Amino acid sequence: MSQPSTPFGTGVQPFSEPRRRLLRLDLLVLLATLGLIAFSLVTLDTATATDVPGSPDYFVVRQALYAVVGLALMLVLASIDYSRFRELRVGLYASMLGLIMLVLAVAGATRGSRRWIEVSFFRFQPSELGKVLLILALSAFIIDRLRKLSERETTSRIMLLALVPTLLVMAQPDLGTSIVYVTIALALLFVAGTKWTHFAALGAVAAAAAALVLVIAPAAGVPLLKDYQKDRLTAFLEKDNADPRSQGYQLNQAETAIGSGRKTGRGTERATQTRLDFLPESRTDFVFAAVGELYGFVGAGIVLSLYALLIWRSLRILTIAKNLYGALLAAGVGAMLMTQVFVNVGGNVGIMPITGIPLPLMSYGGSSVIVTLIALGILQSVYVQAKEAAASKSEVLA
Amino acid sequence: MYLPQGDKRMIITPQLALRVAILGGIALVLFAVIFFRLWYLQVLSGDKYLAEANDNRVREVKVEAPRGRIVDRSGMLLVDNRTALVVQVLPERLPRDVERRGRVYRRLGHALNRSPKAIRRKIRREVKELPFSPVTLKTDVSLNTVLYLQENQIRFPGVEVERVFLRKYPHREIGAHLFGTIGEVTEKQLDQPRYSGVALGDRVGQSGIELQYDRYLRGLNGASRVQVDAMGRPKGELSVRDPEPGKRLRLSIDFDVQKTGQAALERYGLPGGFVAMDPRSGEVLGLGSNPGYDPNVFAKGVRASVYKRLQDPDNGAPLANRATQGLYPTGSTFKLITAAAALESGLITPATVLFDGGSLTVGGVTFKNAGNVSHGAVALPRALQVSSDVYFYRVGLMAEQRGGEVIQKWARRLGLGHATGIDLPGEGAGLVPTPEWRNRLFRRNLTDRPWTPGDNINLSVGQGDLQANPLQMAVAYSAVANGGRIVTPHIGMRVEDNDGRILQQIEPGARRRIDISGSTRAAIMQGLRAAANDAGGTSAAVFQGFPISVAGKTGTAERGAQGDQSWYVAAAPANDPRIVVATTIERGGFGAEAAAPATRRILAAYFGIKGKKAIGEAGSAPD
Repeated sequence: MSQPSTPFGTGVQPFSEPRRRLLRLDLLVLLATLGLIAFSLVTLDTATATDVPGSPDYFVVRQALYAVVGLALMLVLASIDYSRFRELRVGLYASMLGLIMLVLAVAGATRGSRRWIEVSFFRFQPSELGKVLLILALSAFIIDRLRKLSERETTSRIMLLALVPTLLVMAQPDLGTSIVYVTIALALLFVAGTKWTHFAALGAVAAAAAALVLVIAPAAGVPLLKDYQKDRLTAFLEKDNADPRSQGYQLNQAETAIGSGRKTGRGTERATQTRLDFLPESRTDFVFAAVGELYGFVGAGIVLSLYALLIWRSLRILTIAKNLYGALLAAGVGAMLMTQVFVNVGGNVGIMPITGIPLPLMSYGGSSVIVTLIALGILQSVYVQAKEAAASKSEVLA
Repeated sequence: MYLPQGDKRMIITPQLALRVAILGGIALVLFAVIFFRLWYLQVLSGDKYLAEANDNRVREVKVEAPRGRIVDRSGMLLVDNRTALVVQVLPERLPRDVERRGRVYRRLGHALNRSPKAIRRKIRREVKELPFSPVTLKTDVSLNTVLYLQENQIRFPGVEVERVFLRKYPHREIGAHLFGTIGEVTEKQLDQPRYSGVALGDRVGQSGIELQYDRYLRGLNGASRVQVDAMGRPKGELSVRDPEPGKRLRLSIDFDVQKTGQAALERYGLPGGFVAMDPRSGEVLGLGSNPGYDPNVFAKGVRASVYKRLQDPDNGAPLANRATQGLYPTGSTFKLITAAAALESGLITPATVLFDGGSLTVGGVTFKNAGNVSHGAVALPRALQVSSDVYFYRVGLMAEQRGGEVIQKWARRLGLGHATGIDLPGEGAGLVPTPEWRNRLFRRNLTDRPWTPGDNINLSVGQGDLQANPLQMAVAYSAVANGGRIVTPHIGMRVEDNDGRILQQIEPGARRRIDISGSTRAAIMQGLRAAANDAGGTSAAVFQGFPISVAGKTGTAERGAQGDQSWYVAAAPANDPRIVVATTIERGGFGAEAAAPATRRILAAYFGIKGKKAIGEAGSAPD
């Protein structure tokens, strides 16, 4: 067969005419997606059993609903040609900024930070959707200037376009998500082929900015980080804090939860860290720790493997995309997933500061689940388009 | 529209391949880091974390053991327990954020009817003293308040309600000076072996009988291991160790004697104290002090203002136990000691007659009889009966001239000048003045003059620098009454279980024996008996019509500006005393005026004499 196919033979059958109308999804990505959703529901079932008195399934049912909505959107996106988003780049970028600013303007204060827009039954978090919009818009802008990619101006323009929403998100304040925005931008530039020297320059600028935020500004009496953010950044360095409300204590509880799961987990009945709420935020930021306690090294390993599978597939899809736009989209989605997984899990296991970033598909939350599924829908679309292009090409050749 | 590159079929350049490989490499490294960390946490250290998780969910909750009850010798309940609900704060569970903590204080203040500022101050003070232990904010809160706090637990982080046992004194001020108080164990106490098994925060006896017999009265607190969630809400009990209630303590106190004694003192409205004791064994039948107080105010932690008032001398210092802590000259009741000393040291015999001309002048100072009467030539029994001062002045002078401080020696032998060893903490030692003592003071410029024979003359009739309390006088009279045994007074009789079975008999301290010859005892008892029975006796009028023969001595201690202090010490029945009563009433006048009638009532209560026969008329005889 001249047909290029994945080593796993993901079911592309170029000569099978009747099946052409069917979506040629990447089955491995789909498997990982559904697997993570299932894992999330099972974990939340235990972690949230006592969170809402009287209705133990409150969060599980909602998470399932979000997943259904997200999966539908994923299929819709997978079935359309992503290339059309390039035309909409300005609109996408503007609506991203508009939504994020809307939050700053109207949303009520929740826990000291404004991240949500209340839409009757649903609290919508625009900075989540912003991640996907940023991937779509920024990739398009990069392609616009592809020939001038080696110019410093291109790199600075792209970074500027990324930094505007980043700073707005940071102002909400949502430090974790702003990190994702930056890594997405960097990954897109990297894959597009920006010069190494530009990255070196960006690194220097970033170091200077970090010094300004963490050292110079506070010393000058202008604290740029809120206290709880500083606590989070330093908590993983001081875990022995006995204060139950401190980040260090929470992190300690997370490590205890994960460690106590040992090889195969404590099971739902005996997982006291999760069930008795010693583990804070067990349905959102620390859901991975709940997995670690409930299902042990085996369970945590399966979850990580599913993420590894998604990231490997996104890199793979990058290489087979039918055009550079698709490649950049795949890179952006991969970077987004990788950043969120590493920052969230790293925080849970105590090797990274806790930044309040959701674990894709696992953490409870409509915005995060649906947006992650939208991103995976785009990834699927890149795959589908690549396969269809390959199929039509081989048909032509045939 | 599109730039051609954008829509062009993508070609994988070596550069792109390299960069994708780099991205893959980064991802691989990050996943590897996380996997190794998980391996470390879950496989290598899993057991440690599992143990930590198990520790996490278990909290030991103290189940307080009720303290033992205290009953009188007939089993009547004197000190009982009741349960009360207390609101406590666990400081380390309060919100760390100052503003949120302030809100909790405000809500608490509203619920407990306290000012938030007072709550903050109290918590801050107690945390400084004993960090990590709960701070009791209010004791004995109403059930409604408790229900409100529990229903709104989420709005009161760190606030707990606990059930505790509080002391209850059904007879209020009866016996108040005996029982003492209970309080949280101090760190100093925890270091002592007698408090082994007591934990920080436990409440133990801090004074009185509660302190003396704490190891019997305090039970062993139980504990229940409770599974709690992160908010500290109990989710189920894991194991329970039942508390062991404290033992019951039976006192030698006779409730009727105690009650009558306190009432007898209270009638005069003057400060005073009394001791009623079995002279044979030292069992205290009653011991009280006036003014009294209701110990129930201490049960749930006394307010500073109340405590101050109870100590205020202007208010009569109700907390002071004048029966064991008073420091008074004893007046003529001391003559028993002078007589015993003179007889036993051979200064006089029972038949030695000395002339009482109404006064005695020594070194230019004239010592007079009270009331300026003259009793003529008297021997010892008569001298005691009429309380001839001049007779004893002469004995005192003789003792001074002979040297050897026989009166002081005998006073100490009979129990004065040092603690009696009663099982009631805090008794006073008193003072028996000696030449050496006064001269030392003089050398240090603490007094205006050295010892003179006049000091000994004063001492012989219980005046001057002598300091003693009713308990010490009861011990001295008991020794003469029982033929020479110095008893150790004791209140605790035995330890019982809660059904009244004897667990342990409390042994009083060792008794000393001193040699008092039969003739000495007989002569003194004859005099004391005549004093209370025969015409001319100082207290004969008081005991007129009393069906039991009493031997007793009046005393009037001159205390300068504080007026005359009335004393009476009695032993009854006179031929074989089963009870000794020592009573003193500050500013009560002559012994026969106040202390003797009060003593009659106490004796009547002991012998079960009721009605008019129990009450004597106040006498007017000076002594």
